Amino acid sequence: MTAIQLTDVRKSFGRTEIIRGVNLTIPKGQRHAIIGPNGAGKTTLFNLISGRFPITSGRIEVNGNDTAGLAPQQINHLGLSRSFQITSIFPRMTVFENIRCGLLWSRGHRYSFWSLLGSQKALTEEAEQLLERLNLSSRRNVYAGLLSYAEQRSLEIGITIAGGADVILLDEPTAGMSHSETDYVQHLIRTISEGKTLVMVEHDMGVVFGLADIITVLVYGEVIASDTPANIRGNRAVQQAYLGEEAA
Amino acid sequence: MSTQTSSAAAMSAPSFLRRHGLWFFMLALMLVLPWVFYDHEKGRHSGFAITLLSEMALMSIFALSYNMLMGQAGLLSFGHAVLFGVGAYFVAHTLNFIRASGLPIPVELMPLVGGIGGLVCGVLTGYVATKQRATAFAMITMGIGELLTAAALMFMTFFGGEGGITTDRVVDTSIFGIPYTRPIQVYYLIVAWAMIAALLMFLQTQTPLGRMANASRDNYERTQFVGYDPKVIRYWQFILAGFFAGIAGGMYCLVYEIVTFDTLAAVKSANALLATYIGGAVGFFGPIMGAVLVVGMQSGVSLHTSAWLLYLGVVFIAMVIYAPGGLLGLFANHIPIARMGRLGELVVPYARILVPGLMMTLGFVLFVELTTHQTINAAQGKKFSLLGFAPDPGGTMVWLSAIVAMIGGALWVRHEGRFFMAKWNALIEDAKARGIVA
Amino acid sequence: MEVFVVSLLNGLVYGMLLFMLASGLTLIFSMMGVLNFAHASAYMIGAYFAYTLSLYVGFWVALIVAPILCGLLGAAIEMWGLRRVHKNGHIAELLFTFGLALIIEKVVQMTWGLIAVPYRIPSGLDFPLFDLWGTQFPAYRAFMLLISALMFLSIWLGLTRTRIGLVIQAALTHPDMAGALGHNVPRVFTMVFAAGTALAGLAGVIGGNYRVTEPGMAFSMGPIVFVVVVFGGLGSLTGCFIASILMGLIQTFAVVLDYSLADLLEVFGFVVTKATPGSEFLMVTLPRIAALLPFILLVLILVLRPRGLLGTRDT
Repeated sequence: MTAIQLTDVRKSFGRTEIIRGVNLTIPKGQRHAIIGPNGAGKTTLFNLISGRFPITSGRIEVNGNDTAGLAPQQINHLGLSRSFQITSIFPRMTVFENIRCGLLWSRGHRYSFWSLLGSQKALTEEAEQLLERLNLSSRRNVYAGLLSYAEQRSLEIGITIAGGADVILLDEPTAGMSHSETDYVQHLIRTISEGKTLVMVEHDMGVVFGLADIITVLVYGEVIASDTPANIRGNRAVQQAYLGEEAA
Repeated sequence: MSTQTSSAAAMSAPSFLRRHGLWFFMLALMLVLPWVFYDHEKGRHSGFAITLLSEMALMSIFALSYNMLMGQAGLLSFGHAVLFGVGAYFVAHTLNFIRASGLPIPVELMPLVGGIGGLVCGVLTGYVATKQRATAFAMITMGIGELLTAAALMFMTFFGGEGGITTDRVVDTSIFGIPYTRPIQVYYLIVAWAMIAALLMFLQTQTPLGRMANASRDNYERTQFVGYDPKVIRYWQFILAGFFAGIAGGMYCLVYEIVTFDTLAAVKSANALLATYIGGAVGFFGPIMGAVLVVGMQSGVSLHTSAWLLYLGVVFIAMVIYAPGGLLGLFANHIPIARMGRLGELVVPYARILVPGLMMTLGFVLFVELTTHQTINAAQGKKFSLLGFAPDPGGTMVWLSAIVAMIGGALWVRHEGRFFMAKWNALIEDAKARGIVA
Repeated sequence: MEVFVVSLLNGLVYGMLLFMLASGLTLIFSMMGVLNFAHASAYMIGAYFAYTLSLYVGFWVALIVAPILCGLLGAAIEMWGLRRVHKNGHIAELLFTFGLALIIEKVVQMTWGLIAVPYRIPSGLDFPLFDLWGTQFPAYRAFMLLISALMFLSIWLGLTRTRIGLVIQAALTHPDMAGALGHNVPRVFTMVFAAGTALAGLAGVIGGNYRVTEPGMAFSMGPIVFVVVVFGGLGSLTGCFIASILMGLIQTFAVVLDYSLADLLEVFGFVVTKATPGSEFLMVTLPRIAALLPFILLVLILVLRPRGLLGTRDT
């Protein structure tokens, strides 16, 4: 069973083709990392998969469903959730409420304006457990906009996984973090992706090689390699394109 | 924004009172106030006071419904009065229909009828308006507001043209046998509905829709990626706001027994905006404070000066620049300092800024009143007076003192303002260091 | 035929007047993201300034001085007002200009009174220029056309031939890029705001005596200018120009075409009487809804094509 299937996906902005015919199959339960130099189109690829931008041509399937013409929330309903490279949270709501917003849809609350959230004990408990896992319990009632950068990144991941999606896209989860913070987030990602499909864009090679089952290398909108970490490490083409001539 | 504590706190009587005390206080205040203005000599209520209180109550509901869009969902509407006005027209027609057909629909339900009118209008106009957000939403609502106001003047059957629709609330269909001949009877009906509507709006903020409206205000794109369609959120929120605005419109119709195109017009929408912003869109109770203030100025200050809208405008601009959180925000800013128990340290800075502030305000008011007198009031043959004084409006001294007080006061306020801000920032820094403010 | 030609000319005059107002607003809106509610207030102030100045120094001096005063006022508003609220976001800026518009209306009422002032066309231009099938075309309207054409030309030259103009052009379509060009962005903003306000003031000077100079003129003109800006599209002066002329023509022609939907149905053989359901709606004539047309257009365009006629991005 495949979680994500890309077939000859292309995306152009104006005359520039950013994604140039990507084919990729990510089976369920895999931890998959996408690496590549700046401007390779990694974030664009995420934006296409999650429905933020429409594709120019090709086909994207999430959990076996064609996503053509679907809005981001509809793709989310197929069981896919994503985080953002530039932190995207709800700054004027508390940390707890941020997490709860991530939970609501999947717990069947929809657009209800008659049920009071305060009386939803299970929901509250679930949100609090997640806060505990994110190490944010002490910051529960603080406005998310006032958190430190690292805390906001944790919250970002929290909102992403709260809904219980089985396909999770993380866009540079450790960007801008210190060593200890990176270690903590790497551990966090490992636990939360247990039994799920994880796709992540990441620059920190320690995290990539530490977590990923399969690594895909994207250069100028094209996949030049997709293999196990060990094979990627030894791949000459990758070293040339990605790590530069001197490394080769 | 209130955040309920998660731990299922035992609902003991004192904590229940503490948490909801404000509601009981408001209710008690509304019940008692008419008797404060009771005219014992004539043995009846002051008509002016009752009308003023009714207006405050219904405008509070209108402003609260406006805040469902502005504060909760981040939607700036310039045509909110459309929902209010249509509700009012609905009630006027319903009352006339009851009179004509003898159908026993209780008068007590009229605000609800207005709510249904607002709801219907919200379903129709909201469908168009909520396709967009931010500036585009603001402009669509402005366009719809202008359209309906103009249409109201054109179509006689529903809107009654310029004369509007007159009606009579005394239709004898009360469940409680109240005739509603006296304004005080209508006032208590309005208090009841105002409490119900306010409570429902408050509860709505704690529902999934209410919270997701907050979320779409903060970051509409992210709401999509947690599974919600921000357009649907906006649409539902708009319809509900329409319902409550319609309730306010229904109350309006009961109080005045005439509904004209003014109830739909841009000025009415602007009033809701001003009240909400001045009171504070950031918290639930802000719009009520704003509505009371705006109505007070409208009814009270306008008796004394024709420039009240100017004063309101100046207050509004000052709020936009210096206090984007409104009155409520100003109060809330003091909470961390109060928690440290150091509110007393602000007394001196406040006193020091109050003196020049008063001087500036008085100078400004004197200047404005003198000018208004020269151009408008003198032509109407009115005599000039301010706060009991009646200087010669043609004299040089009085003009000069106004200008000196205004400009001198402003410069002095600037000077004291720096001192105040220094003290304020020091206190806030301290609060941060102690972890009281994040 | 004569109705058509005369209406065409009148529509053109009105359209050019609208463009003078809308071009400034388009510049401000596109670059700074501020939907300036006080823009039409500058138009009103221009008219009142010109009225007062023309009492003492004559129309021709007022024609130059009043717009400059408006421009200075605009610069002051931008530097001491708008810039302060900028950090609180676009909604705060919008509310600021909204409050400003309220205040300006009251100040105008306080200074010049509640009723219209007798601001008249200068006597040197108060003669019929030519005769069209018995209808006279006043010289002043030709003068208005001339002024707007000159202004159009100077904006165009300013934007295409000067360095600062090129920066502004770049910033129109990519507001975030302006800073990257190494220019003092706040100063460019102040200049654009001042220039836009001055243009609105100029429109007031030549429009105030053509129409009426009264305290309500800003609030009646403001929404129409918004419609033009949105219709034309953000970041496009050409779109703004087309929209202005179109709006001028639509409103002028709507007034002279005395037809209703009932008349249209009659062509197809349906006769609408008072008894017909919806007759009230069907029998409304076009001149009566002339004032409504801009708003119908506004709502339609924002829903169907939020980027407007030639816009580069959504409103």
